[in-house]
Amino acid sequence: MSQPDVLHQAFELGFTYTRSTGPVVGRFLTELKQRNIVGIKGSDGRVIVPPMEYDPDTAEELSEFVDVGQEGEIVSYAWVKEPREAHPFDKPFAWAMILLDGADVPMIHCVAADSEDAVSTGARVKAVWAEETIGFITDIRCFERV
Amino acid sequence: MSEQTTENTDVITGIEAPIYLKYNFTAGAAPARFLTQVKEGVLTGQRCPQCAQVYVPPRGSCAACGVPTEEEVVLSDKATVQSFTIVSIPIPGNSIEPPFVVANLVPDGANISFIHLMSECDNADVHIGQRVQGVWKPQEEWGYSMDNIRYFKPLDEPDVPVEKIGKIPVEGWEG
Repeated sequence: MSQPDVLHQAFELGFTYTRSTGPVVGRFLTELKQRNIVGIKGSDGRVIVPPMEYDPDTAEELSEFVDVGQEGEIVSYAWVKEPREAHPFDKPFAWAMILLDGADVPMIHCVAADSEDAVSTGARVKAVWAEETIGFITDIRCFERV
Repeated sequence: MSEQTTENTDVITGIEAPIYLKYNFTAGAAPARFLTQVKEGVLTGQRCPQCAQVYVPPRGSCAACGVPTEEEVVLSDKATVQSFTIVSIPIPGNSIEPPFVVANLVPDGANISFIHLMSECDNADVHIGQRVQGVWKPQEEWGYSMDNIRYFKPLDEPDVPVEKIGKIPVEGWEG
């Protein structure tokens, strides 16, 4: 029998979830909307950003919010040469672990830079806010070198 | 929480977190062959060289024997109801208004059922062993799709006893 052309069809499956933030992440996002970054104090005194509801060591419920700085230091990073559709930029950028001033735990976010050479461990970066903040992690559009 | 936040800011309690999975579904050789002929208004299956079961739609191999199925068999658009369900709850994205009947139908000449709609009948009268025939769209609307058949409607033929469902030759059912 003759072989036909192989047929194909685009198909998109969407899971349109709405997630409850809980009180602690909700507070973090509410503060982002006001262009402020908060962490939470763990049972050993260290400041965790983004804040967690329960202490990672003791499972104690945490509630002591702490403002942290909008600048920090790159602890480690990965340079993305070919951004994918879901990425925050359509040009190369870095994912970085950023230790914000006043925090004891680094937070992951994106760093905008013209080239990989412009990103390095130990580099100082600052938060760049979105024009309109909505209470989402993308309210911090990115970090860039100070 | 709310008492700790500054005025004029709604407290965030939820976020939109959709996940979209984008597929490019490839039919494969046997289903592509099947759909190419459905486009011409012909239902076809494939016969297993070992157990002689006729699969529709064909997948290119026999699930029971694990061997390729290459012999193509032309089937009838007359079929027998093997099982069915009456759908009463609307399905998101489905334009058909419930209640409607979805049935597993074995076309004459095949041994395996496929799923399609039934209509032109009272839902309460649909039953296992019932004889049905495909109602096709106008030819100019035919594409690579089983939707070329709008639905199956009852035939005025005697019911097929349960033990004979799936064993009717392509010539049809004499009763």
